[in-house]
Amino acid sequence: MSKIHVSTSINGDAVEYLCEPEETLLDALRNHVGLTGVKEGCGSGDCGACSVELDGRLVCSCLVLAAEAEGKTVSTVEGMADGEKLHVLQQKILDHAALQCGICTPGILVAAKALLEKNPDPSETEVRYWLAGNLCRCTGYDKIIRAVMDAAAEMRGA
Amino acid sequence: MRFESPDTIEQAVELLNTCDGISRVLAGGTDVLVQLRLALVEPELIVDIKKITGMREITAEDGGFRIGAAVSGAEMGEHADLVALWPGVVEAMELVGSTQVQGRATLVGNLCNASPAADSVPAMIAANAVARIVGPNGTRDCPVVDIPVGPSKTSLTKGEVITSIYLPAREDNSGDAYLRFIPRTEMDIAVSSAGVNLTLDVGGVVTQARVTLGAVAPTVLVVEGAAKAIIGTKLDDEAIATLQAACSAACNPIDDKRGTIEFRTKTAGVLAKRAALIAYSRAGGSK
Amino acid sequence: MVTEYVEGSAGTEFNKRDFKVVGTRPPRPDGIDKVTGRALFGADLTAPGMLHATILRSPHAHARIVSIDTSAALAMAGVKAIVTSEDFVKQKGSGNQDTLDNCMARGKVFYDGHAVAAVAAISVKVANAALKLIKVEYDVLPHETDVDAAMLDSAPVLHEGRKFRNIPEGNNANVSGFWEFGHGDVEEGFSKADVIVERSFKTAATHQGYIEPHATLATMGPDGRGEIWVCTQGHYMVRDMAAAFVGMETSQLRVTASEIGGGFGGKTTVYLEPVALALSKKSGRPVKMVMTREEVFRASGPTTSSSTDVKIGMTKDGRITAGQAKLRYQGGAYPNITAMLGAMTAFASYDLDAVQTQAWNVLTNRPKQAAYRAPGAPMAIYTVESVVDELCQKLDLDPIEVRLLNAAKKGTLSSYGPTFDEIGLVATLEAAKAHPHYAAPLGPNQGRGVSCGFWFNFAGNTSVSMSINEDGTVSVIEGNPDIGGSRASISMMAAEELGIPFDKIRTIIGDTNSIGFNDVTDGSRVTFSVGLATIKAARAAIKNMCGRAAQVWGIDADAVDWIDGAAVPTGHNAGDFSPMTLAEIASDQAKTGGPIAGHHEVNADGAGVSFGVHLVDVEVDPETGFTEIKRYTVFQDAGKAIHPDYVEGQMQGGAVQGIGWALNEEYIYGEDGKLQNAGFLDYRIPVASDLPMIDAVILEIPNPGHPYGVRGVGETGIVPPLAAVANGVSHAAGVRMTELPMSPPRILAAIDGAK
Repeated sequence: MSKIHVSTSINGDAVEYLCEPEETLLDALRNHVGLTGVKEGCGSGDCGACSVELDGRLVCSCLVLAAEAEGKTVSTVEGMADGEKLHVLQQKILDHAALQCGICTPGILVAAKALLEKNPDPSETEVRYWLAGNLCRCTGYDKIIRAVMDAAAEMRGA
Repeated sequence: MRFESPDTIEQAVELLNTCDGISRVLAGGTDVLVQLRLALVEPELIVDIKKITGMREITAEDGGFRIGAAVSGAEMGEHADLVALWPGVVEAMELVGSTQVQGRATLVGNLCNASPAADSVPAMIAANAVARIVGPNGTRDCPVVDIPVGPSKTSLTKGEVITSIYLPAREDNSGDAYLRFIPRTEMDIAVSSAGVNLTLDVGGVVTQARVTLGAVAPTVLVVEGAAKAIIGTKLDDEAIATLQAACSAACNPIDDKRGTIEFRTKTAGVLAKRAALIAYSRAGGSK
Repeated sequence: MVTEYVEGSAGTEFNKRDFKVVGTRPPRPDGIDKVTGRALFGADLTAPGMLHATILRSPHAHARIVSIDTSAALAMAGVKAIVTSEDFVKQKGSGNQDTLDNCMARGKVFYDGHAVAAVAAISVKVANAALKLIKVEYDVLPHETDVDAAMLDSAPVLHEGRKFRNIPEGNNANVSGFWEFGHGDVEEGFSKADVIVERSFKTAATHQGYIEPHATLATMGPDGRGEIWVCTQGHYMVRDMAAAFVGMETSQLRVTASEIGGGFGGKTTVYLEPVALALSKKSGRPVKMVMTREEVFRASGPTTSSSTDVKIGMTKDGRITAGQAKLRYQGGAYPNITAMLGAMTAFASYDLDAVQTQAWNVLTNRPKQAAYRAPGAPMAIYTVESVVDELCQKLDLDPIEVRLLNAAKKGTLSSYGPTFDEIGLVATLEAAKAHPHYAAPLGPNQGRGVSCGFWFNFAGNTSVSMSINEDGTVSVIEGNPDIGGSRASISMMAAEELGIPFDKIRTIIGDTNSIGFNDVTDGSRVTFSVGLATIKAARAAIKNMCGRAAQVWGIDADAVDWIDGAAVPTGHNAGDFSPMTLAEIASDQAKTGGPIAGHHEVNADGAGVSFGVHLVDVEVDPETGFTEIKRYTVFQDAGKAIHPDYVEGQMQGGAVQGIGWALNEEYIYGEDGKLQNAGFLDYRIPVASDLPMIDAVILEIPNPGHPYGVRGVGETGIVPPLAAVANGVSHAAGVRMTELPMSPPRILAAIDGAK
């Protein structure tokens, strides 16, 4: 069986990889591109740890075939910071101690970024529902929600 | 497994029709990839239809909207005119999965997965939605209600692909709504659900109604008795109680890990009642 | 919010002091790595030439393995090694043998998902294809997954012929443990009561639900030396188990703990690690194994399910006259002591003249349980706190006043034996009583629940080493995987003791060859025990540095004190010298006697118990049985909160896990003994939209057993929510709920049944 050649843009870089037809975008990112910040918690779209933006749309990379990324743009947690300068959301997650183990953090960051791109002034309820697909078992979500609300406020002010 | 992403619907149909083994159409992939992952299905062929013209478009047509087979729930929710015309169908679709799943999941995928608990299907059936199907023998239109024939089974024949869903134009003073019950607030499969679509006269009296229930039978139930109970009324308490009782009486659910027969039967009626009140309000009725 | 309580005696270790670093909230040292995706977790490492291995699991709940034929699988292209139970070394102790048999079934499979064989191949795809070629012949046996049914004489016996110690007459062969605790005459106590409530409760098994599945990468060369990379709560435990199971000496295996994506007790044992090591030994190649989420649910430790009878007597003014509980737990197919912990904790919040608890552990055809946050306590305390609430309801008494009236305090003979030292229950109850939440009005269909909670906290074997670097910075090595921010709290305690800024210190988790032995990260022991060892290691380094200063100054070492990060003469009599800072001493260390370091190894004691009180407001939809958490406040004694953010985080996270347990989480088995909900879709952990903010109120009643007064805070928080939510739901729904989870169908049936 021959592999599929995929040309795509990941975090602004042109990237090519070979994948098997049944491999997911998550598999490709982790195993072929080396972006292990994208995590696998379930493989079935239930936990959000593998969240990425695909052509600007928030998706679970475990529910996208690697071959589907042909010609598309992919954004992962690794693309959020600008060199040494953290994205506001990353800084706020740190400031609010909004992580414990940190396994859900990359997915939460990517999802929250997608939210604030769409809705710069979300209510607490809107943040909670937007992030309902990002499971966190450590924090009880409290500090995560506070961090996202605070980041939104700062980004609006900037 | 082979992955193909044809440019035309004819190519897609040809690929599917000539595949000897198991094949799957890929649009949003939110069901297909889970099935692959759990090895519930090991297809020989996956046909990605997203490069085909029209599949990702919502177009106005005869006062209604045609929704391409690869349009995601999120895209539907962002289409203001569609939301204004068929809020119940859109809210049903938007209940499917997480924000991430919304970025990919489609009406047609939800329909073709043929789960009795699919959220968008009771709403589409209440809305009298029609599926456009392209197959080896050409193009045909089929009411959505006739697509699922049982859990995981559809009436589609080999090589057939649903290319779009048509949501029709509607009269003034119409409204629809969909509600489901889940144990959490998000991320669950419906334990029971109800869709209501109705039209009022200028005095607020219901002139047309269609009431559907999900997850309480092998396929979506259209409860004629419930519709009759509210036609000619302003949704007074008695009419609502009759609708609720008719819905519960129509249920034929199973006991499973997600809910009991008793629970599904009771809550289906409760949800139909609540959905009817929302639809009535959307149609301009006041109580 | 931190409420400071400084009361009570200076214990053997505790000394009141003004803190400079402790109690502040600096950014965690591993934070940047975790927000940028750089942090390496269990599944994130690869090795050249690496193979991938997957496991063949039993489709049956109970069966004898007649034969396993791996020949066809082994012949498949790309398959490099296969192991079964025959590839492991028989263990001397029954506990270790049980753990090994759970990793790879020997003779029998005991549950749906039990590992039978493992294949290492060039890819996961090839390994999975090879699994299908392994032929296992099973002799399927009757099974039982329910705790009460497994105690009946008619139940299938799991371990035929195996004898368990101290089992009273009249119990069947599935009862693997029996324990009894208490004091006083309960019959006499009940005779003094004005009201007695007797209730039976059931709780479902829940899973720790960490988001990171188990993952490991093992290497073993022909020289017999091995390396393991693994997400675990205890890499020394992994080393000892994996080495023993493959028959190698401990010194030849080095284990490195990856970042860990949650554990909550579930990563305190081995599943994949010995298997990967054995496959690497056989194939001569590195072997990576990662569980799927389905495997995590089917085959890694959930907690126990329980069935409990509780009887409590109370006078009409609210004094408890006697308490009695019979607890029956099942924790799967192998013996465990979780029921014992339940029996010990059930009445721990109360000062009672008469109390008796009895506990049984019963073997069933379910996966081997693993620890889950305060193991055994949540379900035990749920039953007692529910009955106390019902007594308050019947007698029209305030539930907090009644708990204050009966609260355990310093000098109380606890229900499980020891007499309490300084404890924070009364202060915690008083804080809850005074909080605005307790007086807030409730709306229609709403109810308020209160519950106390308790956990012992553990201490145990701990090693810490630190070196004073020439530039005045300090490198600390500890040996306990950091699950919730402990590198921050350890660095803070080192900074506090050494008198230098937090950012001058870097703490890492060393591998098993770096420092002395460490017990696993469990029992809320790390901030307490590693903190204690860190403080003492710092004191050893300080003693050394004081000696260097004394040497430079030409005075006696006893005449030097350590104040604010510098050596100073003890007084004018000692000599008039300017303070010599840590950085100054450090830069000259080569000239003054060589490297300066400090280390401390201890089997720590004096962990200090922790109490909490939770308040919750719920609203129940009377037509659907849906429960919404409207407001939630946690009050907990932390002894001393080193990093308050992470103390709050523990309290909030524990509360939400408890809410999940109370409302929707459960292992659901079919008649066929198979787990029906092995995924996050139908194993319903709370999502963000299910919850309000979780207010956390930290109380600080110093633990006499720790230099800074620290008590473990990790576990207590999961204990009160079960009863707090159940009491709230019972009030809101107007009917007493006695089974967890209180899923909507159960609540609706109870409401309709009460009509």
